[in-house]
Amino acid sequence: METTTYCDRCGRPDADGPHDACRAARAMEPPRYCPACRRRMIVQVTPLGWTARCSEHGETRG
Amino acid sequence: MTDILDVARRQVLDEGRGLSASQVLDCLNLPDDRLKDLLALAHDVRMRWCGPEVEVEGIVSLKTGGCPEDCHFCSQSGTFQSPVRSVWLNIPELVEAAKETAKTGATEFCIVAAVRGPDERLMKQVREGVAAINAAVDINIACSLGMLTQEQVDELAAMGVHRYNHNLETARSHFPNVVTTHSWEERWDTLRMVKDAGMEVCCGGIIGMGETREQRAEFAGQLAELEPDEVPLNFLTPRPGTPFADRPLVEGAEALKTIGAFRLALPRTILRYAGGRELTLGDFGTREGMLGGINAVIVGNYLTTLGRPAEQDLELLTELEMPIKALSKTL
Repeated sequence: METTTYCDRCGRPDADGPHDACRAARAMEPPRYCPACRRRMIVQVTPLGWTARCSEHGETRG
Repeated sequence: MTDILDVARRQVLDEGRGLSASQVLDCLNLPDDRLKDLLALAHDVRMRWCGPEVEVEGIVSLKTGGCPEDCHFCSQSGTFQSPVRSVWLNIPELVEAAKETAKTGATEFCIVAAVRGPDERLMKQVREGVAAINAAVDINIACSLGMLTQEQVDELAAMGVHRYNHNLETARSHFPNVVTTHSWEERWDTLRMVKDAGMEVCCGGIIGMGETREQRAEFAGQLAELEPDEVPLNFLTPRPGTPFADRPLVEGAEALKTIGAFRLALPRTILRYAGGRELTLGDFGTREGMLGGINAVIVGNYLTTLGRPAEQDLELLTELEMPIKALSKTL
């Protein structure tokens, strides 16, 4: 079965792309949507990093 | 006809008197081939009246998102379909952020909350946060918590909060096109209370929200009237889901003209690079602005977006032989 993945900036399916503008914008933004389930994540930006937490798929850091 | 830069050289550089709004407009209307002259004069003014030091600051969001106000540029407003979710930073994370900031050489750390004004829960978090940071890190603490009551102003001053940020955001005449849930005058009232309480005033805004050049000049004049200690200059980064999501970025030359003109209006004020410079100016333009009147930077990330790496800014300051301002706890 094919698994759908999502753009972590706009939350739309990756397959609905292209997401070139999202990828470019992400250089200066943390992710906002979980790429696995498209839930809006709880994101905390700090001076030197960020964390993004999905209630289902856990935390990522940058 | 007298050239505005000749006037500014006498009035601002020699005598230290900032340009009026109409004179700022003359600077903003200079042709692009005079931009280098404007920036060179603005740099001379900065060096003469402020010196070569650069004030470095880090900022962090204590309470993100869910704001009841409708500031049209802001992804943290709860009135728009923004992807930003509400979150609070706990005290250990806040202290860690202050430590990270201090390690960059920064002397200022600003605690920011997306609120109309602080409620008791937020004031308690700030009280505990300020005490915890003071116990762990040697850094000046600033706050940005929206509109304040007199009691809250007094309490923040008593806590030892060194500076209070509250941006007027734009010219008074343009403000109703940017915010409808409160007025420019309400912001002004908070700023007057902060000033009267003896805290340093930090007040700036965002360029590129549909204002005309006349309104940019008007804004510079209104900031000069306030006499803030610091003016942070942001350039709009259109955020998804906000009413300003589709606005274009400010052109680089226009942004640099604004920096130069604001320096000539505010010869003695700390003029800080804040959000949006990375996209609007890029690396080359950022350098031009540092040589065109800017004498302070926010290093690292912003509240909901990322900045360029702190090391990149610090290397630029070294290259430009601009020393980082040392810590001096004056309050």
